[in-house]
Amino acid sequence: MKAAHYWHCFVGIQTREWLRFWQQRTRFASALVRPLLWLVVFAAGFRAVLGISIIPPYQTYITYETYIAPGLCGMIILFNSMQGALSMVYDRELGSMRVLLMSPLPRPFLLVTKLLAMGVVSIGQVYVFLLLALLMDVEPPLWGYLAVLPALILTSLMLGALGLLIATWIKQLENFAGVMNFVIFPMFFMSSALYPLWRMNEASPWLYWICQFNPFTHAVEAIRFSLYLEWNPMAYGITAGVTVFLVSFATAGFRPQRTKILGGKPA
Amino acid sequence: MTIEASNLSFRYGDKPVLREVSFALTSGRFHALLGPNGAGKSTLFGLLTRLLALQQGDIFMAGQSLKKQPADAMRQIGVVFQQNALDLDLTVRQNLQYHAALHGLSRKEARARGDRELERFSLLDRANDAVRQLNGGHRRRVEIARALLHEPSLLLLDEPTVGLDVASRKALNEHVRTLCKEDDLTVLWATHLIEEVRAEDRVLILHQGQLLADGKGQAICETAGTRDLAETFHSLTGAG
Repeated sequence: MKAAHYWHCFVGIQTREWLRFWQQRTRFASALVRPLLWLVVFAAGFRAVLGISIIPPYQTYITYETYIAPGLCGMIILFNSMQGALSMVYDRELGSMRVLLMSPLPRPFLLVTKLLAMGVVSIGQVYVFLLLALLMDVEPPLWGYLAVLPALILTSLMLGALGLLIATWIKQLENFAGVMNFVIFPMFFMSSALYPLWRMNEASPWLYWICQFNPFTHAVEAIRFSLYLEWNPMAYGITAGVTVFLVSFATAGFRPQRTKILGGKPA
Repeated sequence: MTIEASNLSFRYGDKPVLREVSFALTSGRFHALLGPNGAGKSTLFGLLTRLLALQQGDIFMAGQSLKKQPADAMRQIGVVFQQNALDLDLTVRQNLQYHAALHGLSRKEARARGDRELERFSLLDRANDAVRQLNGGHRRRVEIARALLHEPSLLLLDEPTVGLDVASRKALNEHVRTLCKEDDLTVLWATHLIEEVRAEDRVLILHQGQLLADGKGQAICETAGTRDLAETFHSLTGAG
């Protein structure tokens, strides 16, 4: 296969994802309600309880809304990736997956392109969320919106691959409620999305270490630092490393027979 | 193009689903894969389309091994799945373009080929309609048109008439037979409906994972000492 074949395939998968996004734009708009509720209601309630000291990348005291905005960006990607991965192998996307896997191009390429396409749609939602967050005085520097893009792409790939791994290999978690309870909530709450880790360390050192081992923590920190034009090599390095590991593992180990892609019950 | 399946066995866990199945398909001919529900037809299709990994045996398309040169082999195959594999919210043309892109075709080429196929299937005027607006028979035709976009030599259809009324079933079957002649296409049509098979067809009868008969319909009947395929099918499988 020539490079042009890969390119046409890549564009075709991206285009289809955007067409679907456009068809279901009301569903995507309603998906923004969740992070906005956190930002407007939860943050308002917690502002008084949690004082945020000056911590990098921030140069000054910040509001709680400003603190949790990057975590909520991560949350948008986390929910979308898990939902997307589940639908790839269990319900809405089955037909499209069958067609996808009939392509003569290598399967890892097809799956990464598909994850990336899903990620691009999530990232679009993140940007809409960040625009709405301006109304809550969450105002990162202008160039931060551009600088955060690589971190958002890495995060969406990492979480998409994790979702694909879980959806393919853990039969017990074939519905979204299961994934929410056992993956999304633990990953989200045991991270730096809602509270700085030094606070967690004060409360419980072992919880602090769990948070440190949670790749979502580092993805959120990579988003936070780049949004404020600061470089955090550890957060970036860990996010990138985990992404490469999960993507390789999820795509190389992908077995359609463990899903409903062929039709009928997964084996 | 010759297609050869050699010694295929497959098991889900401890349960064998296919047992040492071997056959060869003749280029440019219509072949019926007949078997009751649960005979292993979908598993065989899963292996032919690489949705299932080969456990034992191999499949050769024009001499190319599916195990060793999957990309070359996959280029030769067009598939119509039992379940709908169209995106209902997208238009007919968008569905075709997605498939064409997956086979590395440019948008321009995809559009030209797509329109050509739709015209042949008398569906060009529906190109910009969402698939959801099409009836079952037309959706099936779109799926066949899509499967032919990349000009494969082998068309696999896994119970393509499921959910269609009698008239649409007959029309679809007739249509694929015409394609077979016009395009010199090798067709493997899986079904459990005996009325979709003709006495002059090459028939493969699969039951409980084993190939019980392989040959022309008439010849199989003669060997089995039965009057017609329905009786043969019944005597071999207890179904029908």
